[in-house]
Amino acid sequence: MKKSIKIVSALAIVLLFSAFTLNKTNTNKGYQIGDIATDFSLQNIDGKMVSLADYTEAKGFIVIFTCNTCPYAVAYEDRIEALNKKYADKGYPVIAIMPNNTDVQPGDSLEAMQARAKAKGFTFPYLKDEGQKIYPQYGATKTPHVYVLEKTKQGNQVKYIGAIDDNYQDEASVSKKYVENAVDALLQGKEIEEKETRAIGCTIKV
Amino acid sequence: MYTFRVMNCRILLIVFVLFLSCKNENKSQEVTTSIEKEDVLKEKPTVEAYDFNAFEKFLNRKDDKIYVVNFWATWCAPCIKELPYFEAINKNFKSENVEVLLVSLDFPKQYQTKLIPFIKKHQLQSKVVALNDPDSNAWIPKVSEEWSGAIPATVIYNKDKRMFYEQSFNYNQLKTEIEKFIN
Repeated sequence: MKKSIKIVSALAIVLLFSAFTLNKTNTNKGYQIGDIATDFSLQNIDGKMVSLADYTEAKGFIVIFTCNTCPYAVAYEDRIEALNKKYADKGYPVIAIMPNNTDVQPGDSLEAMQARAKAKGFTFPYLKDEGQKIYPQYGATKTPHVYVLEKTKQGNQVKYIGAIDDNYQDEASVSKKYVENAVDALLQGKEIEEKETRAIGCTIKV
Repeated sequence: MYTFRVMNCRILLIVFVLFLSCKNENKSQEVTTSIEKEDVLKEKPTVEAYDFNAFEKFLNRKDDKIYVVNFWATWCAPCIKELPYFEAINKNFKSENVEVLLVSLDFPKQYQTKLIPFIKKHQLQSKVVALNDPDSNAWIPKVSEEWSGAIPATVIYNKDKRMFYEQSFNYNQLKTEIEKFIN
């Protein structure tokens, strides 16, 4: 009897641990550096559907999960526009994707996105992740969250994940422009020095 | 006599200006000071603000208490939603040696307009500090290697035992996690 209790409790412990490990892998899903990123077909604020495949001339992409309502995302609006101005012609356009559930966050509705893009004069596509299918595949957890992709024969390969730069508060005090450094390195065929960075951001609203 | 008066006035004016500038200097120091002042909140409408180096001690207390450190901001809706649960834990588990610390990531320019009014309005009883360190890539991994940077996020620790959660809590979930430290 005692022995069976021991066996049962041992089994229970094993099960408990495996449950935890399963949880762990589930929370860590999303792209790692080197993975091939999925393409998508998402609606832009002008009503047209946009895919990465539409950009036949591009060498890669600066995919940014961002929104209207997060103060961190708002702090970066002008810098996102500047990235597109600087790199779209060099082959790395900005593709912005709004990942929030707009029932939870009405300030990110398509109409609100249109208004914001107009007010700020965005020149990049500002897409809505309708159904919230794309951001989990990338593994985005917050806004803003950047993925720099390079077009390869295998597909769009993830080369950089993380923040835009090292100072959300004050553009003038930025000392490391992570995304610019990454794209510059790709354009020059060099190794990216910092492939992953982290920044505070707003949880994606589900 | 007349010139004397003018001189006198000028001196007075200079003294007054000096006095004002000193006062301003003190004020800005209060907001950015990295010296711990336990009773600042009670006295004046201000909040302790730290860069990460100065803040790090709050994550590494070695006494017997169980510390619940919650990263939040007034503009973060899911953070605001779970704040009452942290307040309740701070109250209900005081006798179990649990202490909640609410770490605001509000921008400094909003301390006076948003953060302090919020603390007052909701009469927050847990200790509130502000963390102001824009180079978040440098310090996020020091809080936890698992943290992507999304808030809300919470650390629970007691001496060397430590758990990190990048998630929202309800009261029972939070209670369950804290009980793991008590038992």
